[in-house]
Amino acid sequence: MSRLSDHNVVVADEIISRYPKQKSALIPLVHLSQEQNGYVTDDAMRHIAELIDVTPAEVYGTATFYEMFRFEPLGTYLINVCGTMSCALLGAHDLMQHAEQKLGIKAGSTTGDGLFTLQHAECQAACTEAPTLQVNYRHRYRVTAESFDVLIDDLRAGRLDGEIPPHGTLGRNRQQIPADRRVGAVHPDDVTGAPGWVQVTVS
Amino acid sequence: MSDETTDVNETSDVDEGTDVDVAPAAAEPPPPVDPNAVTVNLNGRDIVATKGEMVIAAAQREGEYIPHFCYHPRMDPVGMCRQCMVEVEGPRGPMMVVSCMTPVGNGQVVRTDTDDVKRAQEGILELLLANHPLDCPVCDKGGECPLQDQAFSHGPGESRYLEEKRHFEKPIPISDLVYLDRERCILCDRCTRFADEIAGDKLIHFTQRGNNTQVMTFPDEPFVSYFSGNTVQICPVGALTARPYRFKARPWDLDQLESTCTTCSVGCRTVIQSSHDELLRYQGVDSEEVNHGWLCDRGRFNFEAVNSEHRLTAPLVKTESGLCETSWSSALDGARSLIADALAEGGPESIAVLGGARGTNEDAYAWAQLADAIGASYRDAQLGDGLPVGVLGLDRATIEEAASADTIVLLAPDLKEELPVLYLRLRQAAEKRGSRILEFSPIDTGLTRYAWKSLRYEPGTQRRVVENALADGEVAAQLSSGSVVVVAGRANLAESVDATVAAIGSLLAAVPDLKVLPALRRGNVVGALALGLAPSSDDRDAVAALKAAADGRIGLLVLLGVDPLNDLPDADLARRAIAGARRILSVDTFPSESTQRADVVLAAAAYGEKSGTTTNIEGRVSPVVEKVTARGITRPDWMIAVELGAMLGDRSFGADHPLASAATFDDVTAAIAATVPSYAGVTFEAVTARADGVLAGPIDAELPIAAFEAPTRNGYDHRLVVGRKLYDRAVGTEMSRSLAHLAPGAAAHVNPLDLERIGVADGDEVELVGARGTAVLPMRANPSVARGTLWAPFNQGGRAIEELIDIGAAIADVRIERIG
Amino acid sequence: MTILSPYPWAPGFYPGARPEIVTSRFRYEDSHTLARYEATDGYEGLRSSLARSPEAVHEEVRNSTLLGRGGAGFPAGVKWGFTPAGVWPRYLVVNGDESEPGTYKDRLLMECDPHQLIEGSLIACYAAGLSQCFLYVRGEMPLAHERLATALDESYAAGYVGTNIMGTDFSIDIVLHSGAGAYVVGEETALIESLEGERGMPRLKPPNFPAAVGLYGQPTIVNNVETLSNLPYIAREGATGYTSIGTATSPGTRMIAVSGHVVRPGVYEIINGSTTFRDLIYGDDFAQGIRDGNDLKTFVPGGGSAPWFCPDQLDVPFEGPAASAAGSMLGSGAVMVMDSTTDIPSAALSLVRFYAHESCGKCVPCREGGTWLLRLVQRIVDGHGTEDDLDTILEVGQSICPGDMPHASSERLGLEAVPFPYKMTTICFVGPSAYAPIHSAMTLFPEEFAALVAPRRERRRIAVSAEAAS
Ligand SMILES: Cc1cc2nc3c(=O)[nH]c(=O)nc-3n(C[C@H](O)[C@H](O)[C@H](O)COP(=O)(O)O)c2cc1C
Ligand code: SF4
Ligand code: FES
Repeated sequence: MSRLSDHNVVVADEIISRYPKQKSALIPLVHLSQEQNGYVTDDAMRHIAELIDVTPAEVYGTATFYEMFRFEPLGTYLINVCGTMSCALLGAHDLMQHAEQKLGIKAGSTTGDGLFTLQHAECQAACTEAPTLQVNYRHRYRVTAESFDVLIDDLRAGRLDGEIPPHGTLGRNRQQIPADRRVGAVHPDDVTGAPGWVQVTVS
Repeated sequence: MSDETTDVNETSDVDEGTDVDVAPAAAEPPPPVDPNAVTVNLNGRDIVATKGEMVIAAAQREGEYIPHFCYHPRMDPVGMCRQCMVEVEGPRGPMMVVSCMTPVGNGQVVRTDTDDVKRAQEGILELLLANHPLDCPVCDKGGECPLQDQAFSHGPGESRYLEEKRHFEKPIPISDLVYLDRERCILCDRCTRFADEIAGDKLIHFTQRGNNTQVMTFPDEPFVSYFSGNTVQICPVGALTARPYRFKARPWDLDQLESTCTTCSVGCRTVIQSSHDELLRYQGVDSEEVNHGWLCDRGRFNFEAVNSEHRLTAPLVKTESGLCETSWSSALDGARSLIADALAEGGPESIAVLGGARGTNEDAYAWAQLADAIGASYRDAQLGDGLPVGVLGLDRATIEEAASADTIVLLAPDLKEELPVLYLRLRQAAEKRGSRILEFSPIDTGLTRYAWKSLRYEPGTQRRVVENALADGEVAAQLSSGSVVVVAGRANLAESVDATVAAIGSLLAAVPDLKVLPALRRGNVVGALALGLAPSSDDRDAVAALKAAADGRIGLLVLLGVDPLNDLPDADLARRAIAGARRILSVDTFPSESTQRADVVLAAAAYGEKSGTTTNIEGRVSPVVEKVTARGITRPDWMIAVELGAMLGDRSFGADHPLASAATFDDVTAAIAATVPSYAGVTFEAVTARADGVLAGPIDAELPIAAFEAPTRNGYDHRLVVGRKLYDRAVGTEMSRSLAHLAPGAAAHVNPLDLERIGVADGDEVELVGARGTAVLPMRANPSVARGTLWAPFNQGGRAIEELIDIGAAIADVRIERIG
Repeated sequence: MTILSPYPWAPGFYPGARPEIVTSRFRYEDSHTLARYEATDGYEGLRSSLARSPEAVHEEVRNSTLLGRGGAGFPAGVKWGFTPAGVWPRYLVVNGDESEPGTYKDRLLMECDPHQLIEGSLIACYAAGLSQCFLYVRGEMPLAHERLATALDESYAAGYVGTNIMGTDFSIDIVLHSGAGAYVVGEETALIESLEGERGMPRLKPPNFPAAVGLYGQPTIVNNVETLSNLPYIAREGATGYTSIGTATSPGTRMIAVSGHVVRPGVYEIINGSTTFRDLIYGDDFAQGIRDGNDLKTFVPGGGSAPWFCPDQLDVPFEGPAASAAGSMLGSGAVMVMDSTTDIPSAALSLVRFYAHESCGKCVPCREGGTWLLRLVQRIVDGHGTEDDLDTILEVGQSICPGDMPHASSERLGLEAVPFPYKMTTICFVGPSAYAPIHSAMTLFPEEFAALVAPRRERRRIAVSAEAAS
């Protein structure tokens, strides 16, 4: 049973209400379901389809376009080693080889204890700090064989639990729009004219 | 090969729903010179184009074929395949643009023949073929494939691609009718756009990304759409194939004729394709006025019924040992004596002629003439399930007028189920054109989702609900601003027709210049009613006739392709009528329960085996053609009538009778044109001269508006709504291998909350107790059914719900009893 | 984890004796908090803007000639003017999808000074009459998300965002929206598709640019994070204050990431227009030259999509037209430097792989051509390539970019520059970007490819014509 939990349905409804058209909430809701289950399940996609009144095929079609969405279970920690130019120039290849040795798996697979999934990744917008990797999308800079080993040991020992939540959680906090200050989203068809504050000034 | 190339070009035209190789294409009037005409310079010569149209369309009309795959004239352009690149003169020199998304502009300079254009087009074709399996020899599309053809006409001829090709599991069924081969797919977005934009069934979608992009359904949710066959037709490669046609033939073995689908009365234009005298495929043809090239799956695939081994192949007469095949001479003589005896025993009043809506105009007219000769006054092309012929006398709207009306009022059955392509046109009107749909319905329908307002009524109360709506300011304002078309039909077979007529009356009274589009279902029902198979008065209609038969007052019941035991909503009346009729003469293509009871069965030629004309709901007359030889020794209905017309002694057609010397179908068509005022001049030539056929004139008939009040329902009962699904036990579906199993099956649907109240679970069998009888059916929880009503699909086999229908009653209320 | 930069909370950032327009708060560890922001002129630009008419503010921005920092370098003030009169509502979509290879600046701005971006977005909405703002942040940037979410909560609470901002009748919501991993979504029309819950496949722009037909078919302004982060300064100091820095055609500063084989890879806020690539790569205040005393071999001047420059182009300044004339573009402000030890074919491969992988799949030349190029280059790098493969690369390139392909001049090879841009058969630049790097590499370093491949054999081809097929 991996539909959205009752609590998350409440969260989902609030997210949907932020957008002029509810389909805009599709990606945020798939993130929400991945945060709940660690990956995106068929039931969750069906549930999301109900919530935003589209077909499951539409949810599936959009979700599979995006790299961050995973459709089978994976390790608690997803380790993405960047291999694009700046990192490639500064030893990404050797880093990946070391990572494979340290974890005893090939890139693209998961350790037996279900803790780590290792994979190749593309540019992580940290090119000056090459070579880089991300653990559940948290950056690690100028990574060396030594610092990689320390990282893995820290993760195993749970020393980074505070900083790095399990796979699926994006930010550890979520924007909260206070009811008393929120303007509210309006369907474009229901917008008749310029925003009130414009009318007074713009001709 | 080269001539093959050209007919492949034509086929790709069919794919796009433009006119096929039929005369009309040429006969189309030239584009009028209007204010939004612009002049474009195409490869050095000036051409006239229409503002808003795309370069590719303008060029193609001018004979400049621009290769393309994703572009389809009936769908929004996406510029995905990049094949249609041309150069357009821009401020900074020539620019490469896709002609499918570049609107024409006055003074625009377009070149389709420069080196860069050629390089781009060849390069893209090479890239399209890079991962294509090139399994043309075993591909259904081979020989009519836009990819294969354009690779030949615009491609490099050879590929430098030596890499490993993309691999996918070979064809996978994405529905009961359609297979998908992702290796052949070129991702043109045609099928997926169709499912989204045209059908509104977004069940197939692009998935994954980049080089892994593929068309897919959601896991375990097949592409269940009444329109799925269209995706096969518009697929520019062999990626989508239709189960009924797969591996049946090679395109170059097929020959085709343009015809009209008579499965329902929308009258979609088709080409009928056959090989070795067997029907193999129907393809939609684009008619601006009617179907825009689309067909529903029922109409597209029910050619299987024509080929069915269950067909009647010869006439039958009743003997001590049951019905036996016989010669035409003895069968006709048998029929003659049935008529003679009935006349002798009970006079013309004792003869009833029912049906005739499934054939051609010629069939209907000939049998009407025969009925006249006999003097039979009981006659009806409908079976107590339609509307009084008077609706055809109202100011009639065309489909185009309905689809471009500012307000479309629905007082009709679920059009998605009964007139599917009309549903597509109206959905498009609401989605694209911004028409407002005002729906009155006892349950949610396919169009409810797109309606501006959809108002529920309890069966029998529609007049009041309509009048309340009319009193509402917003509705009144909407109805008084712009054109209004009412689509009127029978939403509920378990309710007196007067309830609907009364509601139509209220609309007519409130909205003076509205037009009406009748939502009558049977293929040629409008033609049959217009050409003499309408009851002279309502005490002479099908219901009256069958009641008379039940009372033993009918000596001869003539059934023209109808089977009251399955088609009449009221099962009990049907049974008593067939039992009570002294003699039965049946004209049919298939054996049916009713033919089993007949004394003489005249075996008729089927659709595709006879030529003639047909009339759709608008009154549009278009051709149906003989493509294959009639099965066995079967004959067209009209021919049978004409022959009997000469055998009636002093009642025979006289020398001056319009059919006296009718030898071919178009003698009959000519007779219609000469003698029926509303069909004046509607000859076969006239009908085939224009791609969109010819509109027959109005027929003069009054719609008697009866006051109607439904009795109130007691709180324990559910009020019955019986409606049709696209797939039911109708013979054309039942006898089509691929369609038969798509019928949903009999069940009783109520609102989940009601189920709870009664305390039965979804799927439980219950007993329904009505004033007329009882029925045992499985229960279904269905949120689209309003509380207090019970909806059941008609003719799903077993004649259960039909036992509860009293065709004479105002409405039917039923009690739901738990079993055990 | 080693961080060499002086401000560990701004990894890779190096200040210098230069004007700071967008990085002025980086020196504070708490630069992302509202308290710090308010203590350092925070929301003053918005305050002064609200005191003026939207047109006046728009005019100020137009006069500042603020150039877009997302890659196209289009003047923001002019773009805002493209919204069709009288069509409402209009939206602002903030492009925080930074993922162009070599580019690293927007993430810093979002992590270290989220309020500056929020204030800039508010000013843009006010000036252009936009009624809702969507902050689209690349999914793989959780820290930026957390910082922006907190900053938005703070600014809503403090009355800077939401209804009746600062007591005026200017009211607007800013919605934080997260991407989910797709480079192409950085392209503005794909960004809009994605924000509508669709697959991030670009829309064909002409005839409809987002400013006219964008989000939900409404007029929509898409601006880059850095672009908007400049607005508070412009609002405070005025256009004149802004244009007093940099050149007339490229005023102000811009953020540049220098990565690869340099002594001090880093992100620098440079003076726009006048700074040259030589300053940037060799300057003591910047990247401080090539590592280990090696020689500069070549560099990518404007993000992975850009054709490459050689030492010959070191003196090209950060002026769009100058870069185009030299055969490339400034793009997203990312310089990737390769020294003499670099294996050029494998370096190029890393970019071809990127763009082939990131194709959205819409255009045939990109979807099929990109992957084909990748296979060819991979084979060559693996040492199994032939001279035919080199020809095929250029021929496949012709199907993506017909005609002359831009490239730099090379004295070494006696090559004339072919100016930017190119003709293309695709909708967006991802397709051509898969070809640009390998084309530059093969054009500027032919010998390295020649050394890798086997001599020409009889060329194999596969018949694909209808005739041959059926
Ligand atoms: C393939 C592609 C990727 C792009 N990626 C980004 C990006 O990551 N961030 C960005 O701001 N602009 C990106 N752009 C540019 C945007 O399309 C758009 O021009 C820009 O966001 C406009 O903002 P600006 O005018 O402030 O620069 C990209 C363009 C293309 C063609
Ligand atoms: S060029 Fe590539 S990424 Fe860009 S739209 Fe076309 S297919 Fe998609
Ligand atoms: S037909 Fe124009 S891009 Fe496909």
